Amino acid sequence: MKVFLEVIRRDLLLTLRQGSDAALILVFYLLCVLMFPFAVGPEPNTLARIGPGVLWVTALLATLLALDRLFAQDFEDGSLDQLALLPLPLPLLALSKVIANWLCTGLPLTLAAVPLAETLAMDRKAYGILIAALALGTPTLNLIGGLGAALILGARRSSGLLALLVMPLYIPILIFGVAAVDAAMLGQAALPYLAILGACLLAALALCPWGTAAALRQALA
Amino acid sequence: MTEVNATFRGLRLACERGGRVVFARLDFALAAGEMLVLRGANGSGKSSLLRVMAGLTPLLTGDLRWGEDPIAGDRLAHHARCHYVGHQEALKPVLTVRENLQLWQRLRHGLATSADAAMEQLAIGHLADLPARLLSAGQRRRLALSRLAAISAPLWLLDEPATALDGDGAARLDSLLRNHLAGGGRAVLSSHGEVSGGGAVLNLGDFRPSARDLAA
Repeated sequence: MKVFLEVIRRDLLLTLRQGSDAALILVFYLLCVLMFPFAVGPEPNTLARIGPGVLWVTALLATLLALDRLFAQDFEDGSLDQLALLPLPLPLLALSKVIANWLCTGLPLTLAAVPLAETLAMDRKAYGILIAALALGTPTLNLIGGLGAALILGARRSSGLLALLVMPLYIPILIFGVAAVDAAMLGQAALPYLAILGACLLAALALCPWGTAAALRQALA
Repeated sequence: MTEVNATFRGLRLACERGGRVVFARLDFALAAGEMLVLRGANGSGKSSLLRVMAGLTPLLTGDLRWGEDPIAGDRLAHHARCHYVGHQEALKPVLTVRENLQLWQRLRHGLATSADAAMEQLAIGHLADLPARLLSAGQRRRLALSRLAAISAPLWLLDEPATALDGDGAARLDSLLRNHLAGGGRAVLSSHGEVSGGGAVLNLGDFRPSARDLAA
């Protein structure tokens, strides 16, 4: 357990030192969302209608951007060999790196959604659900993406490949995430959708680290 | 107690890389305090054998044992025993020299000495606060080797450890190795140059797979 936390600490320290990487993701997210009022016009009803979808799709793309380098840097400089030789089972190593990545990217994306929802003229009563849905959904996106990032280690054109691999798997999260916020805006019950997002998270938590570990083992062999 | 004095041995090892068998029918035994020097032409499988010994690369056939215990039975225990220094130094350019070393000290069990003392042993103490991105190739290598001094582990697996080292660096590596062996440690290293201190030589060229191995 101590090693598990130390790996998270290591990744947070490295992200902090390379601060621009994490900031870049957040700025990408902000800019992408801010493009929409320019593209579809400032009409509040239209913006509010497409708001949840815009926030979710851009959060998903920003997540993909962050996942690209999740294992690649450590793989290229030999650190992954050393990490694999820690007294920590490989699935837990994968999980700790995904958690650190979520803390640096998923969490800021979740929190940044509120000011962005304001620019899209979304109904304020849906903000709570929006945060809850993103808080449940982005860890799942990170877990699935981590599996993809491990699978593409050593491949050429890896970023495009990563998108192709994991985008289809993101669709259920996208559907239920947007549905939860839509329901909240219409004054309907959003809880069932959040429950499904929670279930997806638990399933990803139980399965993805094992798959990621298998992919890492393959890359290291 | 068997743990400390156990012999590390490999029985009938064969390894495959990218669909090609690189060595077969390879046996070795390494008791406490012994060193094994791997020799062989480029591509003869020295690096592969070291990665196999670390448990990073899976075996095609054969058996690795620590004393009587098969490595495959308890991978984590074996990983904790190994120090692996490969061609890549596993350094983070954004961290200072000291931080790079302390990072691994926090992650691994078996703290041997302080980071500062370990850096002194490789004569990189004066670089402690410099970001690792500014290091020369030889200095990077010294920093990677300082992990050996900073963290204790009974089995050292070193892949051409003297690469990029100057005369002084090579001498410091030798003295690290001598201390390690004198303390009952084991070391396997691949090298094209002279290795002082002796140690049994394993020539990978002798284990080139025969046609029979390839068929099997």
